Amino acid sequence: MLGRTAASLFWLCRQIERSENLARLLDVGYRVAMLPSSGEGHREEWRSTLISAGCEEGFREKYDELTERAAINYMLFDMDNSGSIRCCLHAARNNAKAVRTALTSEMWESLNTTWLEFSELRAQNMTSNRLPEVLSWIKQRSMLFRGAMLGTMLRDDTYYFSQLGAFMERGDNTARILDVKYHLLLPDNEIVGGGVDRYQWSAILRSVSAHRSYRWVYGDKANQPWYVAEFMMLNQIMPRSLVHCYSWITESLLGIENLYQEKSQSAAVASDLFQKLRTSKMDDIFADGLHEFLTEFLVSQNGLSSQIAEDYHFY
Amino acid sequence: MSSEETNIFNEMLSANGNVRSPYSQLGEWLENQDKGFLGRKQREAEIMFKRLGITFAVYGAGEATERLIPFDVVPRIISASEWRKLSAGIEQRVRALNAFIHDIYHRQEIIRAGRIPAELVIQNEAFLPEMIGHTPARKVYAHIIGTDIVRVSPNQFYVLEDNTRTPSGVSYMLENRETMMHMFPDLFHQHRVAPIEHYPELLRQTLTSVAPAKNREDPTIVVLTPGIYNSAYFEHAFLADQMGVDLVEGRDLYVDGGYVYKRTTQEPERVDVVYRRVDDAFLDPLTFNPDSALGVPGIFDVYRAGNITITNAPGTGIADDKAIYTYVPDIIEFYTGQKPILQNVPTWNCANPDEFAYVIEHLPELVVKEVHGSGGYGMLIGPTSSKREISEFSKKLQANPSNYIAQPTLALSACPTLTRSGIAPRHVDLRPFVLVGDQVRITPGGLTRVALKRGSLVVNSSQGGGTKDTWVLED
Repeated sequence: MLGRTAASLFWLCRQIERSENLARLLDVGYRVAMLPSSGEGHREEWRSTLISAGCEEGFREKYDELTERAAINYMLFDMDNSGSIRCCLHAARNNAKAVRTALTSEMWESLNTTWLEFSELRAQNMTSNRLPEVLSWIKQRSMLFRGAMLGTMLRDDTYYFSQLGAFMERGDNTARILDVKYHLLLPDNEIVGGGVDRYQWSAILRSVSAHRSYRWVYGDKANQPWYVAEFMMLNQIMPRSLVHCYSWITESLLGIENLYQEKSQSAAVASDLFQKLRTSKMDDIFADGLHEFLTEFLVSQNGLSSQIAEDYHFY
Repeated sequence: MSSEETNIFNEMLSANGNVRSPYSQLGEWLENQDKGFLGRKQREAEIMFKRLGITFAVYGAGEATERLIPFDVVPRIISASEWRKLSAGIEQRVRALNAFIHDIYHRQEIIRAGRIPAELVIQNEAFLPEMIGHTPARKVYAHIIGTDIVRVSPNQFYVLEDNTRTPSGVSYMLENRETMMHMFPDLFHQHRVAPIEHYPELLRQTLTSVAPAKNREDPTIVVLTPGIYNSAYFEHAFLADQMGVDLVEGRDLYVDGGYVYKRTTQEPERVDVVYRRVDDAFLDPLTFNPDSALGVPGIFDVYRAGNITITNAPGTGIADDKAIYTYVPDIIEFYTGQKPILQNVPTWNCANPDEFAYVIEHLPELVVKEVHGSGGYGMLIGPTSSKREISEFSKKLQANPSNYIAQPTLALSACPTLTRSGIAPRHVDLRPFVLVGDQVRITPGGLTRVALKRGSLVVNSSQGGGTKDTWVLED
């Protein structure tokens, strides 16, 4: 397989996963802004959404004032924002075109149709009533692509590189949301478990599609910061948790090792990270600082990303 | 049909209004369809093409945009006996052209024999001195050819152009058939339509057969594309996928120790055959255009050393040059000793003063083309042009006569086509696809291009033409 093909598959799946995560973030931002309690605070909610999406700085350069409409446009449609949904889908489709021979026709058609239909959306028509429908459509399109991938792709290196991209993006997203929101919700001296608006906690869970599964796993325990963080980081059965992502990342890299009959540095790095997540305890994480833990995680993940590119000749 | 078009050969209806025999069942079928049924099928096909991404890029003012080539749901039908003649003529022609290219880059017997003027070859932009003395595997230079053919009467076919460089369109031929079989299975039950779906297999066999002799056992084949912004990118990806080989860009390949390798996720892998869809000039920045970012530095040296096969060979443009075209009948006689089975369109070469004088006098009735042009750009169609357009073109022509050839405006045959006002005849041409390797392989049929505008003779997709599925009936 060409190194360029592997890189394109990896990035293409990252971009699709990202579009889905962005849609979820926007959806949550929108919901929270509708709450009666938010009032003026909804502006802060949009700021934290922009920060979670990693595009707050770019937004500030472009706009003097933070309005809901501007934030939505910037995250959905703006081609100047390399982290907008439009940019993600555009880049994903270009990558897909470049590696068409490595995609199944089902994968290509689902992505191509997504792009064609997305291109017909116009910012000015994006009324409040229309937005939730569009966001849920974006999520569904990403899931359709993923379903096509799981259902039709050969379990060879094309599959492993695709899975790698998807789960690295997912882990990255979960870590960022937790990091950003957690700090917004626990200002300065707030004690963990203090009187924080429970809607906000359910918003965090919603942004990783876990508000209902949390209930199933934790029963009647209220949305405690402690448990929410544990759920999102260390719970192996939660499909967007860091440890779950790393079980897939490790499995994919071991799969490539097995296929190529050659040990790789990246598989070793991923196994270490996976092991660390599996054995971490929330007590220790909170004692050493959640923010520090997540920052270190993101740094390690970037290191892994570069190692994969080096091991498998991405260019 | 309008009155001025009464001389046009209609492939379905003969002059007395009878349906010609290849079309007898289709004619009846068309009559029995609900009004609106074909229109719905047409829209269905377009949605399918769009979803599959069967598009081409159009370059105009500003950014390139992706467009669909309009697809016409009414098939064009060629009888078995008509096809036998056509394919024999095509095979004769491609064999002769390959012999010509070999000769031109070796002893140039045809020039010595005085059958073709030396300067027409040597000073031709399409002649590549770098190819002199090189003999590729099996002496084949033009492996993949699309021969453009037009029909003017039941028995008269003319070759309009021999596309011996990087002809495109074969993916549309294949997708058109897939679509038709999907939409009209009953029609395929009624007709014995020669299958074409094995083209990618034949292409792969052809490419394998021309690998450098020492690695012909299981050669590694790649398709080389300029990239996703090329107008025919869809086809490049399609063919690579259908053959089960890698689609590469220049940056995916590199030269080391006299061989070409591709960069993979593991060890580099040696490449034996490159089916390139990149023009000669961009193939190797070390030998040709130094600014090319599309090619592979050093690949031409590997090629000259016989360690890789490039299809089509660099320098094959000399065989489909419009100035050489007028000599193709002589070329066929010279190398095969036979009379040409298919005729050329009578052509005036404006480089020749007498012929130029005739052309200038008769512009309103002629089609004038640039010698090196393609895609229907930069041409004059006398009968459909205004006086002003003709006089403007005349100025360009007089400034540089040798840049042009002229042909009579042919009354291209017409086929039934779905239009806004129902089924009506529209002009068509035909591009059969030919593969030359250890043998000549011709896929029955080809790509029919149709001028969708009433009365129009321009079938190019860049100028509003569409395509049709083309059926060759088996006996």
